[in-house]
Amino acid sequence: MARVNGKEDPSVDGLTLAQLLDRMGFEGARVACELNGDIVPRAQFAERTLRADDALEVVRFVGGG
Amino acid sequence: MGENNVRGGAADPLAARIGPAARERLRAACVGIAGAGGLGSNIAVMLARSGVGHLCIVDFDAVDESNLNRQHYFRRHVGAPKVEALADQLRAIDPEIVVDARCERVTAANARALFAGCPLVCEAFDAPEAKALLVEELLAQPDGPVVIAGNGMAGLGPADQIITRRLGRRLYLCGDGRSDVGAGQVLYAPRVALCAAQQALLALRLILGEEASEG
Repeated sequence: MARVNGKEDPSVDGLTLAQLLDRMGFEGARVACELNGDIVPRAQFAERTLRADDALEVVRFVGGG
Repeated sequence: MGENNVRGGAADPLAARIGPAARERLRAACVGIAGAGGLGSNIAVMLARSGVGHLCIVDFDAVDESNLNRQHYFRRHVGAPKVEALADQLRAIDPEIVVDARCERVTAANARALFAGCPLVCEAFDAPEAKALLVEELLAQPDGPVVIAGNGMAGLGPADQIITRRLGRRLYLCGDGRSDVGAGQVLYAPRVALCAAQQALLALRLILGEEASEG
């Protein structure tokens, strides 16, 4: 099963990144997604589907700087 | 240069403290700073004090009186472009520093070109969308820089909740990851400076080989 932010989660397999972000309540414009160590461009969020051996890190950026 | 450490007839006090090898590595380093607000202005000052030789700073904004509670500017700077007000301060700290100060907005179209000469870029924007965009643009670039992003430093939460963590090959995140200025929290100087200091410290660690940049 895929790992999201370090945790194995069988329910995410087969979801697109866009679907997963939606489920997490995150806006695509405010996140960075690293899949297996590589950044995923936002334009690919709707296409890229999570597979069993994927490791995904989702960073949600907040305001302030 | 090098072994002698004599500049303008006077010994280099920084080289005397940190050693000639570290002094040269810092002098040869180039760090990008995206945003010259609370994070960026403090990062720039700390890197200049530490002897980083070249900073590339990009920000489109001017200093506002409301910035003075946390950003490294003075009342006399109000109205001036932030990058110019900051460059003046950096040259007052180190007259030999090279500051590439650009008063413009960073976009998806220009991000890579603006920081093309920088192996390290500190992300120091305010808006989460701008942070996400810069991180994506620079990390999607095959031979792009290491990015040190600031994420979550609003409010008055405890200092030890501000941490530095590494994510993947070329991204580091400093902050508490959640304190959002958009959620009604205010930015206070100490917590903004704590986050900026972690970003600046990590830049120094990477420049001086204290932390592996790949792996």
